[in-house]
This record gives sequence, C-alpha cells and structure tokens, in this order.
Amino acid sequence: MNIWKIAWRSVRQRRLPSLLTAFSMALGVTLVVAVVTIHGVVTAQFRNNATLGYNMIVGAKGGNLQLTLNSVYYLSKPVENISYPFYLEFFDQETRDERIRESYAYQAHEAAWRAAELASACAIGPIGPWHRASLDALKGHALRPCDMGRDGRFANYVAFVIPLCMGDYFGPFRVVGTTPDMFDVLPEYGRPVVFEEGRNFREWTPENGYFEAVVGATVARERKVRVGDDVNPAHGDPEGHSHENAFRVVGVLKPTGTPNDRAVFVNMEGFLLMADHAKPVADAGDEDGTDAGAPSGSGGSGAGTDSRSAEARPESPDARLALRPLPLEQREVTAVLVRTVNPFVAAGLQNVINEGDKAMVVQPIAEIYNLLDLIVTPVQRLLLLLTVMIICVSGVSILVSIYNSMSERRHEIAVMRALGASRVTVMLIILSESCILSLGGGAMGWLIGHGLNWTASSVIEERTGVAIGFWSLAPPVNPYEFIGLEPRHEILVWPELLLIPLLVVLAIGVGILPAVAAYRADVAESLGK
Amino acid sequence: MLLEIEELTKHYPEPGGRRLPILDVPRFALNEGERMALIGRSGCGKTTLLHIIAGLRSPSGGRVALDGIDLTRLSEQGRDRIRAAKIGYVFQTFNLLPAFTALENVLLGMTFARGRLNPRRARALLERVGLSDRAHHKPRALSVGEQQRVAVARALANQPRLLLADEPTANVDPANQDRILDLIHETCAEESIALIMVTHAMDVARRFERIERLEEINRIAKGPAAS
Repeated sequence: MNIWKIAWRSVRQRRLPSLLTAFSMALGVTLVVAVVTIHGVVTAQFRNNATLGYNMIVGAKGGNLQLTLNSVYYLSKPVENISYPFYLEFFDQETRDERIRESYAYQAHEAAWRAAELASACAIGPIGPWHRASLDALKGHALRPCDMGRDGRFANYVAFVIPLCMGDYFGPFRVVGTTPDMFDVLPEYGRPVVFEEGRNFREWTPENGYFEAVVGATVARERKVRVGDDVNPAHGDPEGHSHENAFRVVGVLKPTGTPNDRAVFVNMEGFLLMADHAKPVADAGDEDGTDAGAPSGSGGSGAGTDSRSAEARPESPDARLALRPLPLEQREVTAVLVRTVNPFVAAGLQNVINEGDKAMVVQPIAEIYNLLDLIVTPVQRLLLLLTVMIICVSGVSILVSIYNSMSERRHEIAVMRALGASRVTVMLIILSESCILSLGGGAMGWLIGHGLNWTASSVIEERTGVAIGFWSLAPPVNPYEFIGLEPRHEILVWPELLLIPLLVVLAIGVGILPAVAAYRADVAESLGK
Repeated sequence: MLLEIEELTKHYPEPGGRRLPILDVPRFALNEGERMALIGRSGCGKTTLLHIIAGLRSPSGGRVALDGIDLTRLSEQGRDRIRAAKIGYVFQTFNLLPAFTALENVLLGMTFARGRLNPRRARALLERVGLSDRAHHKPRALSVGEQQRVAVARALANQPRLLLADEPTANVDPANQDRILDLIHETCAEESIALIMVTHAMDVARRFERIERLEEINRIAKGPAAS
C-alpha cells in the first residue's frame, strides 16, 4: 500500500466533500478548456479567413477597419462607393473599351458620328475609301473623351479583380452583388468552394436574365432557401422595403466556415438594375474621364433617375429578360477585391491609389490580424484571467476542504504516526490528497470541457468551418504571446497540457498548509488514550 | 535486556514558568519476551510512560533504551523507524482507520515499517484472530470485539520485539476480553514478543507473571493527573 493509495482512500472516505471540491476544480478546468478551445477556433477561423485568395481591397476613402469588416466579413455598412470608371482602371484595353461602349457618352458620340456620316454623304456623295479612313480617324479622336483605346492604369499589376456591391439584405444576411468570378476564379487562389446544390450564377441566362443568386449555407438553412427559390433583397436595411425584383437561387454553398456562409451572392448586373441602385445620372459627371453626355434625367423611377432599372418596368419574366445592363455612368461598386500579379507590387499599388483622392487600399490580412489583436485577443485574455481566478478559487476550496478535515483527521494522523509513519510521510499523504482532488477535478473538467466541445462540434464546424473532435487539443501557442507578452523564444506548447503542471503546482500550493499542520501535529496529544 | 529505563523524568510546563512533574522513574527494565502488567490509579502517568517507550513523546530527562538503542538520543525520524520496526501498539479505543478494510488496516502497519507488504502474514494474523471472513470489511461493519482483534493483528503485523497495550480490553465484553487476552498472550509467547499491558482490571493483571504498580516505580507517587 503506497502513499497514493492511502491518500485516495482518505479522499474516498469523505466522498461528498471530496466530490464537491473536485467538482469546483472541474468547473474551473472546464472553463479553461472552453477558453483555449474558443481561442483555438477563433484563431483557426481567422487563419482560414486570412486565406482569402486576394491581397488587397480597394474601397472608398474611409476607415481601414470598416472597409475590411464590410468586404471580408460583410459586417458594418459601407460608407461610400467607388466610381465605375475607377474600377475599370484595373482592366485591359479590350475589356475597358467593351464596358465603355455601354456608356451614354459612347452612345451619344456614336449617334453624333452617324449623323455626321450621313451629313457628309449627303454633301459629297457616296463615301469613298479615303473619305472613310478620314472619318474613322476623326471618330477615333473624338472618342478620346470616352477614355477608350488604352489599358487601365492598374491593369498590368493585377491577376484578377472582383467587384462587390453592397447595401441590401435578405433577412439579416447581406446581399452581395458581384461577378461569377467570385466562385469561378477566387477559389483557385483562396479557400475552395463547393456547391451543396446547383451551380454558380451566370452573368446572363435565357431563363433568369441577370437575376441569378447563390446563397451561403447558413442563409439556406436559416431562411430555408433551396435552388429554384426566389429571394427578394430588402433595400439598405434588414427592415427596409423589399425590392420587387427577385433573384432566382441557382446554387447553395456547402458550409465553409467563412462569412460567405452568411451571405447571398447575386449577379452584380442584376443588383445594379434594382431600384435605387443606379447612380443618378445628374451626379454621374465626368469624374474619371468619361463624359456622361447622357440625357440627364431621362426616365427614372423611385429616387431614381435610373432610366433602365428593372423596377421602372412592369415586373414580369419577359420584362426582366429584356433588360440591358446599366450604363457605365450609372454604375458604382462598393469595393473591389484585388489580387496583384505578385506580392511585391502590392505596396506600390497601394501607395499610388492611396495618394489619389478616388479610393483607398487596405491589405486585408494585416487588418484581420489587427482585428484579432484589437478585439479578440483582449477578450480572450480577459476570459483566461477569469478562468485562472476561478481555478484559484477552486484551489482555495481544496485548501479549505482539506484544512477543515484536519481537525477530524488529527486523530487518524496520530494513529498513522503511532504505526510508524514519519512526519514527512503524513505530510506527503496530505499533499497527495490535494493532488488527487486537484488532478481528479482537472481530469473531470477536461472530460466535461471536451464533452461539451464534442457535443457542439457539429455546430462549431458548420458555423466556423473548424472541425473539433473529442480528443482535439487546442492548437499550440507561444506562452509569451498567449499571456500578452512579447515572444522571447520560439516555443510552442499545447495550452491544455500546461494544465497538468499548473494543477500540480496549485495542489502543492494549497496542500502545503494542511500538510504542515499534519506535519506539526502532536501525536501523543492527538492520540489521547 | 530488551528495554532499559534509567532516571526517566517527564514534566509538563505550566503557566508562570513552573513545571508539572509526571514521571520520575529511577530504573525499569524488561527482558526479551517478558510479559508484564502495569497497573496504577487513573492519571498516574501510565499512558505517558507507554508513549515515551514508543518514542511518541520525548522524556524531560533520563535514558530509554530499546534493544540497546537509546531512544532519547535519536532524532524523531529515527524514533519513527524504531517504532515501526520494533514496537507494536494496541490502543484502548482500537484506532482502526475507517477508510481501510480490516486487511488493509493490518497491512498499513507494514507499509510504514518497511514499505514492503506481506499480505500472507496479514491474512494469517486475521485468521488467527478469527476474522479471516471479515478481512474485507471496514471497521464500521465490525463489532467492538472484532475491531479490537483487528487492532491486535495490526500491532503484531511487523513481528515487533515489544508490544505495548494500553487497556486493550477496557471497552470489550468479557467474552471478547478473554479471547483478546488469550490471543495476545499466545502470540507473544509464540513469537517471543515482550509485552507491557496497562490495565485497571486485576483479573487481567493476574494473568501476568510480573505485575508492576506504577506508583511503586514512579517517585512522583502523588502527582496530579497526567493523561
């Protein structure tokens, strides 16, 4: 029979007090497990979110954090939009020219030149080859105000750009107007995207025109949306008026553990065609070199000044299918996700854009980690501090429990001494009891904590994309960093494994007082007769 | 000579710097295997003398030698070792540890003595005291007589050279009293264990060849109650 067995028997002898004492320690350890698990999940989720696939976000001048929250997490509200011509600066000549041809300015010039051609033909007769070449050259010169015929200023530095248009909601979830590249191109560089059902939306289809949508897993679950359903975004606010236009859901995403789960992605063209989304043509002056030239106030609906918005027309499938994209002058985007051709050009591009007055650039990963440091880490440290205090209180309860039992056990200890146990032996027995209560409670708390993790694992995985099993330990951390100090050494430890030495130290710390009391007990006096 | 006591004194401090004398034993000895009854009026220092012999209490002066080893010169740890190895102690109130079974209570003595257990001897002792079928019962499940028999088995577990018994039958019924006394006498005789038994009962004392009255060997014959 060794000291541990003697101590264990003593613990068992006082079953209820021992159980309650161990349970208080278990609660403390459960909280520690919960805190380190939350830390692990949040860190993993942040890391997952940091695998964005793009390295810059371009948005209107404002706060970095707001732009990041808005574009990465679909939180907060966008302050302002950036102009479409500025957005076109990221495209090559061919794409730009193609988009600019959709502008009022271009169409006005086209009309003017057709008239000029006609007048010329009337004046000088049929147009010969020389005359045609002269006219084309002149036309090309005249189109310069449309800013055609060149690459965008940033086109050579980017691998891809994905626009985001925001402001609408579907229930509590954000509606994000974007291009199919969001799921066709971005996943090749960032986190893969898998469709639970259906397919990606397309820019235009004969069945749905510009009005197709893909919904995230959480949206689909909570709003009971499936492929084939229609979603009607609410304008500007979750409680705002619903647009009459419906987007047909063509795809449902599998859970990704990213903010994408909580968003509805719609075709940007359809998004822009909804009421109140078109920029008033009166405001669409020549901000970026494109001459609006459009008949100001031609048509329009709602606040609108939008001559082509879908809701200006009777809502019918045929009417929606007949819609044409909004002209350039009436377009804006909220933000643009950019991946540069290589990381080295990012800083230069950021400087160039930030020095201008049209937009600003943030590097989302840096902002995400700033956010982690700014919000998440202090909360976790506070939680950790609280749990450490709870563990200390649990430790004190062990001290009180053992110390209180000492008066009734004084006689028992004296008997052991009479049987030949040394003072050191009885002291070790008391310390062992403290360790048993502490480690036993700790083990109980660990099992409860991991049991809770396991119970919640499906929900956690669904909401965060982080898989947790019963035996999953929280990821290793640098202890300096974990408690908020500057990391001095490159060491990584599993925080839960730190619990073992921590509990032993705590047990010895709280057990030492009753152990010394046992050590100092007067045997003869305690024995009496 | 197994036990030799010379000029043993024991006194307790009192308020005002005075001292309360309890024992003043000029000479006392016990041979190997000798069995002796120690009688005396209540409070005359019998238990204090047993505690000093067992090394549980330090004397104020004098010499106590067990097996030629002067206990008064040993550290407390040394006395613990001697007690564990050479002395068995039977208390009036049994003092079984409630968390342990009868067998474990017997083994407990072995644990502290040598750190090496001899379960076979422990079982044999329980069989000898007629409790082999109660080996796995805890003290609360045993009768008073059974508890004292377990206490005797525990005191004998380490084959001590000296058994100290402090009124071991005071709390048991007459039938169990005889059984316990027989058991102690027989075992001590068989294993050549010296015995000092403190008792008030003359019928118990009469079973011993040697009977000592503490008032006769203690110079402080009229000292106040000590324990």
